[in-house]
Amino acid sequence: LKTMRFMLLFSRQGKLRLQKWYTATAERDKKKMVRDLMQIVLARKPKMCSFLEWRDLKIVYKRYASLYFCCAVEEQDNELITLEVIHRFVELLDKYFGSVCELDIIFNFEKAYFILDEFLMGGEIQDTSKKSVLKAIEQSDLLQEVSCIQY
Amino acid sequence: MPAVSKGDGMRGLAVFISDIRNCKSKEAEIKRINKELANIRSKFKGDKALDGYSKKKYVCKLLFIFLLGHDIDFGHMEAVNLLSSNKYTEKQIGYLFISVLVNSNSDLIRLINNAIKNDLSSRNPVSMNLALHCIANVGSKEMAEAFAAEIPRILVAGNTVDSVKQSAALCLLRLNRTSPDLIPMGEWTARVVHLLNDQHLGVVTAAVSLITTLAQKSPDDFKTSISLAVARLSRIVTSAAIDLQDYTYYFVAAPWLSVKLLRLLQCYPPPEDAGLRSRLTECLVTILNKAQEPPKSKKVQHSNAKNAVLFEAIALIIHHDSEPTLLVRACNQLGQFLQHRETNLRYLALESMCTLASSEFSHEAVKTHIETVINALKTERDVSVRQRAVDLLYSMCDRSNAKQIVAEMLSYLENADYSIREEIVLKVAIQAEKYAVDYTWYVDTILNLIRVAGDYVSEEVWYRVIQIVINRDDVQGYAAKTVFETLQAPACHENLVKVGGYILGEFGNLIAGDSRSSPLVQFNLLHSKFHLCSVPTRALLLSAYIKFINLFPEVKPTIQEVLRSDSQLRNADVELQQRAVEYLRLSCIASTDILATVLEEMPPFPERESSILAKLKKKKGSSAKLPDIDETRRQVNGSTEHSANNGTANTSPPLLLEDLLPTSRPRPYSSSPILLSASTMGSAHSFTADMLNLTSTPAAAAAAAVGGGGGGLLVDVFSENSTSPSVDVSEDHLERFVCKNNGILYENQLLQIGLKSEYRQNLGRMYLFYGNKTSIQFLSFTSSVTNNTSQSQLIVQAKPVDPMIEGGAQVQQTLNIECVSEFTDAPELTIIFRYGGNPQHIAVKLPVMLNKFFQPTEMTSQDYFQRWKQLGAPQQEVQKIFKAKYPMDSDATKAKIIGFGVALLDGVDPNPANFVGAGVVHTKTSQVGCLLRLEPNTQAQMYRLTLRTSREPVSHTLLELLCEQF
Repeated sequence: LKTMRFMLLFSRQGKLRLQKWYTATAERDKKKMVRDLMQIVLARKPKMCSFLEWRDLKIVYKRYASLYFCCAVEEQDNELITLEVIHRFVELLDKYFGSVCELDIIFNFEKAYFILDEFLMGGEIQDTSKKSVLKAIEQSDLLQEVSCIQY
Repeated sequence: MPAVSKGDGMRGLAVFISDIRNCKSKEAEIKRINKELANIRSKFKGDKALDGYSKKKYVCKLLFIFLLGHDIDFGHMEAVNLLSSNKYTEKQIGYLFISVLVNSNSDLIRLINNAIKNDLSSRNPVSMNLALHCIANVGSKEMAEAFAAEIPRILVAGNTVDSVKQSAALCLLRLNRTSPDLIPMGEWTARVVHLLNDQHLGVVTAAVSLITTLAQKSPDDFKTSISLAVARLSRIVTSAAIDLQDYTYYFVAAPWLSVKLLRLLQCYPPPEDAGLRSRLTECLVTILNKAQEPPKSKKVQHSNAKNAVLFEAIALIIHHDSEPTLLVRACNQLGQFLQHRETNLRYLALESMCTLASSEFSHEAVKTHIETVINALKTERDVSVRQRAVDLLYSMCDRSNAKQIVAEMLSYLENADYSIREEIVLKVAIQAEKYAVDYTWYVDTILNLIRVAGDYVSEEVWYRVIQIVINRDDVQGYAAKTVFETLQAPACHENLVKVGGYILGEFGNLIAGDSRSSPLVQFNLLHSKFHLCSVPTRALLLSAYIKFINLFPEVKPTIQEVLRSDSQLRNADVELQQRAVEYLRLSCIASTDILATVLEEMPPFPERESSILAKLKKKKGSSAKLPDIDETRRQVNGSTEHSANNGTANTSPPLLLEDLLPTSRPRPYSSSPILLSASTMGSAHSFTADMLNLTSTPAAAAAAAVGGGGGGLLVDVFSENSTSPSVDVSEDHLERFVCKNNGILYENQLLQIGLKSEYRQNLGRMYLFYGNKTSIQFLSFTSSVTNNTSQSQLIVQAKPVDPMIEGGAQVQQTLNIECVSEFTDAPELTIIFRYGGNPQHIAVKLPVMLNKFFQPTEMTSQDYFQRWKQLGAPQQEVQKIFKAKYPMDSDATKAKIIGFGVALLDGVDPNPANFVGAGVVHTKTSQVGCLLRLEPNTQAQMYRLTLRTSREPVSHTLLELLCEQF
């Protein structure tokens, strides 16, 4: 079965900014994996390729400004489309926050999680349309101003 | 702080995050967090009911703290409360907290499930989506049980809105991954397939993902999806006019959907229907053609999306492996990418070509790129790309180019990155063996390998060269000569000394005619390396020396002199000393005939799978890329075969390995007594055992040579392939573990289960070690724990284990145990695996008993008797008089009482022959104090055991456990 296992966002200084796990993983293992992976990715040079084999997984990563976006997918998965999953996510953040920066994600981490959830579910893309995803997010923002759900 | 704060920002949260960011040190951060935690705790505990906003804010703060990497042990209840809020943001935060922080064993799961149930039936799309997301995020078995039936209904219901359909599809997909057996197949599956025709491309995208997962599980049920997928793909790919609006990504039409459709088609063989087939071919051709068109945008996103579809199309072409023209076109396309300026594309082209190389139609086409690939090996700056080049060279290797490729890889090896050296060594060794036309080339290559990268030459490699030399008499003389010459170098790698020692010990006679390599010269050469070598190598050399005594009687005095020297006879290492003593004796007392029999030339090794290949596979795990065309084709094209083993479609590599292994072959040559002795000594690594007989102790070898018996263990294991599955739960061993936490839990001919456990208060952790005693892998290995007592008494959580255990290997499983309240029944461990094609089923009780949760309590005599009196009610005391089962040894008894978990109190009982102990059983819900007294009567060989605890059932349980111990 092919799927994304997890997605991490971390800074050049090695600070984890967002983590999303799509398979059940113990907290201890998570911490170790994050540490190991950050070390490897941060050590790579700019012109190197965006894919690397790591344990039994394939890591697809890309750096945007000060943030690394890093996805772990399975061996047989399509690397290039995963790279574009990352890019689409960045576009969504950008659109929502208005030229997103690391601070937006730090201070509005819950929003970043909501956007990611709206875009990916169980590691699979839910909707590739930027409009649909943003519509869903904006709707929920609207709802919080109305602050009431009718039952 | 950023200016943006859409919706209602939580000011308190922003301030807190700022504070944390301003902390100068880790200590300051922890201090600030502790302060916040105390504040939140007091707010939650306070008398004043919190309003929804505050609750949301605090829960969000807790979440932030958790995500920073700190533990959070409260707030769950407040988060659950938020779920039933009628304010959307509060509900949303509640769900986020639950998704991130709640593990499946939580007591709260029922409450959470209730809230989810309400939201699912609310008919409000936003609430339904939140609930579905939560199920997908947590994805636990409990949730699957609760909702697996409901979600398909939502998915196919006519009145479900699109966004909910998408969520439902993916939620189901996630549950299918964690608990496939819980998803009911049925009438809804046909309707899911028709979602491929949906107007809404978002729905189609989500549906394809779900269908692909389900089709891997039961392909027949989803066959109708093939034609729909082809039709859909064709509409996206071939009709230029179509406007997909928002689903066009940087001028590429629906790349995600295209990739997913192509992926779905890889679950099936090429369509049988000719019309459908040609329509699909047309799609694939169009995709290949588009790659040649000038890009519509300079953005990397455009080319990535376009090439993502292209690579997936090539994967489908390779999977079908039926259209030679497509395969060759694919190969040419990849050839272009090999020299592309984008590193990513070069990487992917190398990777994809690897699989193309294994198709008979494109193997030759791939080979034309050999120079480019060799160049990549030399010039790529990124090690992961070079690694791909190595893989590809390995895949394209055949008889025609083996010498060139092996030479290139050897020269690359000299400067290769340390991280990939070992793998290259293995690959070179395999190629050299596989494509050797004459074995002299093989011997040269391996010796070169050891010279260039001796440190990375694993045992398997040098074992293998010896196996081959021993089995092929046409190369023995050459091997002896070459190894002799190579050993002349002043600095040799130790692995070379090992190979040299072994080969000269066996075949030194073949070159002894030449005065330049006379027996004495050979011996002196070997012995000049002796002192620089490690103990195992020295042991091997000693064995070579005794073999020399047999081969060349003229050097006997010289060698005896060496054996007799203090540095041998009195060596600090037992093994070396023993060898020296025994070999010396053997050489003195044995007649020439006996010597010749004992030290006879090694018999040929049985032909089995190359140990190196096995090692490479192990190293690469399931992704082992094998050189043999037929084997790999099976893997690539075998999806229809896998479908037979339901739900384990990803087990194709194990199937493949199985084919390679002569599973039930008895060992034809193992009648040799020396071989047998080695096998008994190391049945765990039987394979290396044959090789190592030189290093096994001579005493054992000699004993076996005389007796010959007792060595049949391994043979038995091999012939016992049809062991009928036994599923009796073994529990006699439980008694042994009442007073100890470590030991062998279970053992049969195939498997040994070791156990280590530790307990603290009401929590425990258990490590199980599964050792494969055979030389063949266990496949589809699963081990699960069933708990006969309810979750409200004992919770046992088992981490998953690797589904394959290599021959001779051991894997570890961790269990987390929580005692919630007192219990009596031990949980049960169920192990299922396949060994040589036969299913094995083992069930064992796990030694988790109530007494494991004891904490010892030290107390004075006075305290003891005071408490003893307090627990004086008749139902609080239990007593049993029983006959001693074991010798009545005071020290053993003390050890057992301490092992039982209580403190052994000295000087409390007026009668020094009696034993008293005290402890507290910790469960999550309560703590139960326990006092015990054991009175031995040595004359009658009886004991009287009395226990007092505050809870009657606990007294009984503990009494039953303890009275069996003496």
